[in-house]
Amino acid sequence: MRMPPAVRLALAFVALFALFALAGPWLSPHEFRATSLTARLLPPGSPDHLLGTDARGRDLLVRLAVGARITLVVAVVGTVIGAVLGSLLGLVAAARRGWVEAVIVGAVDVQASLPIIVVALFVLAMFDNSFLLFLLLIGLTGWEVYARLMRGAVLAAKEHGYVTAVRALGATPARLYLRHILPNVAAVALVQFTVNLPLTILLETALSFLGLGVQAPLTSLGQIMSEGRDRLLTAWWLTLIPGAVIFVLALSVSLVGDWLRDRLDPTLAR
Amino acid sequence: MTGYVASRVLRAALTLLVAVTLVFVFLRFSGDPAAALAPPDAPQAVIDQYRRAMGLDRPLPAQYLSYLAALARGEFGYSIHTGLPSAQLFLARLPATLFLGGTALAIALGAGLPLGALAALRRGRWVDRAVMAFSVFAFAMPNFLFGLAVILIGALVFQTYVGAGAGGLLDVLPPALTLGLASMGAFARFARSSLLETINAPFMVAAEARGVPWRRRLLRHAAPNAAIPLVTLVGLSLGGLIAGSVVTEQVFAWPGVGQLLVRSVATRDIATVQFIVLAIAATMIVANLLVDLLYLVIDPRIRAR
Repeated sequence: MRMPPAVRLALAFVALFALFALAGPWLSPHEFRATSLTARLLPPGSPDHLLGTDARGRDLLVRLAVGARITLVVAVVGTVIGAVLGSLLGLVAAARRGWVEAVIVGAVDVQASLPIIVVALFVLAMFDNSFLLFLLLIGLTGWEVYARLMRGAVLAAKEHGYVTAVRALGATPARLYLRHILPNVAAVALVQFTVNLPLTILLETALSFLGLGVQAPLTSLGQIMSEGRDRLLTAWWLTLIPGAVIFVLALSVSLVGDWLRDRLDPTLAR
Repeated sequence: MTGYVASRVLRAALTLLVAVTLVFVFLRFSGDPAAALAPPDAPQAVIDQYRRAMGLDRPLPAQYLSYLAALARGEFGYSIHTGLPSAQLFLARLPATLFLGGTALAIALGAGLPLGALAALRRGRWVDRAVMAFSVFAFAMPNFLFGLAVILIGALVFQTYVGAGAGGLLDVLPPALTLGLASMGAFARFARSSLLETINAPFMVAAEARGVPWRRRLLRHAAPNAAIPLVTLVGLSLGGLIAGSVVTEQVFAWPGVGQLLVRSVATRDIATVQFIVLAIAATMIVANLLVDLLYLVIDPRIRAR
C-alpha cells in the first residue's frame, strides 16, 4: 500500500516539528526567558523578533521552540509510560487470571468511568505540581485501553497451538509470555500507541492552558497560550500561533496513526 | 435476562465502590489534613487536637468506614474557601453545565448524523471525502484553540464579545459548538460506517427484491438497524463532553461545574474537588449501566440470549 499524499505531508510536518524542537532555540539570538522592557508585544515580522514578542518582551520564536521541545518530550514519554504500564497490566491479567485479573479489570472499569483530565485535576489538587508528577499523570492517558486490548489479545493467543508446543518443551512462564506471546500480540499495543499519541498532546496542552500543567519558568505550547490568552484581541499571535502548531501537530500525528493502523491491523484488512 | 440485569447492576455498584475507595486512599495519603487546616505556626498539641476532632487518630479501616457512612448520609465535606457544603456549590453550578452539555450534544447529533449519512450515500465522492476530513479535523482540534478562535471571530466580525458567560439561548451557542465539535466528528464517522454496513446487509437486498421503494428501505429498514450502536456512542461521548466542558467553560467564562473544578483545583479546595470527581464517576457509571440496559429494550436479539 502506497502512502497517500496527505499522510506524506503529515509525516513531513512531524519531522519538521521534531527538528524545530531540537534545533529551534538556535534559530533566534534570544534566550527563552530573557525579558525586555523596550520590546514588549511586538507583532510578528518585527526586525529583531521574527514571530514577535509577548507582554514581557520575550521572543515568541524561541519560546515556541522550547515549548515544542517540552510538549514533544511530555507527549512521547507520557505515551510510552501509558503503553508499558497498560500493556504489562493486561499481560499480567491474562497470564495470572484469578483475583489478580479481577483487580486489574476493576481498575480498568474505574479508569474508564473517569475522563483522564478529571483524574489529573484530582491529583493536582492534592499534590504540589512538579514536572515529574505531571509527566506521570500524562502517562496515565489511555493505559486502560492498552490493558483491555492486551488482555484480550493474550487470552486469544493462549489458545494457539504454539503455546501448547512451547509449554510442552518445558519453557518457564516468563519465557513463554515474554519471548513467545508478547512478540505475537505487540502489534496491538503499537497501533494503540499511534492512536494515543495525539490524545497525550491534547491533554498536556489543555492542562497547561488551564495553568495546571507545565509551570513557568518552564514552558510548553499550551503554557504559552495560557499566558497570551488575556491579550487575545490585542496580541493574537501569542495564542493563535502556538494554537495552530498544536492543532497541525495533533492532526498530523493522528493522520499518520490512522494510516499505520490501517496497515498494521489485520482485522481491518480488506 | 434477570441475571444479565443483576450482573450489570452489581458490576456498576462495585465499580463505584472501587472509585470511592481510591478517592479515600488518595485523600489520606496526600498529606495531613489537620496540619493543612491549622495555622502554619500552630504547636503540635493544637494539631493533635485537630486530628482527634477530625477522627484522624483512628486506624485507617475505621476511618474508611466512617468515610463511607458520611457519604451515605450525604455529607461530603465543606469547601475551605466559602464554608459552604461542597454538594451545595456543585448543585448551584449543575444547571449551567447541563444546559451547555445538552445543547452541545444536540448540535453534535443534529449535524453529525446527517453529515455521516450523506457521506455514506455518496461514498467515494467529494462529499464523502469532505465529511471524513472534517471528522479528522474535529478530533485533532484543541477545544481551547477553537473556542478562542470563535471569540475572536465574534469580536472582529460581529462586534460582540461571546466569552462573557451564561445568559440566553444565543450565549450558549458559541461554547456549545466548541464543546460539541469533537463529538460531531465522531458521530459523523460512526453514522457513515454504520450505515454503509447496513446498506449492504442481506435483509436490504431482500427488501429491494420485494420491491420496497428506495426511500422506505433507507428510512424504515436501514436507519433503525444502523442506529442501534448509537446508544453506545452517545454513552461514550459523555466522557468526552465532561472532559471538554472543563476546558470550554474556562475559555467562555461559563459558570458551570467545569469552571468550579478548575478553580477548586487551583485553590486546593479538596472537599469540592472530591465531590465533583465522585459525582462525575457516578454519572458515568450510571450512564454506562443505562446504555447496557437500553440495549435490552431496543435490540430484541440480546433479550433472546
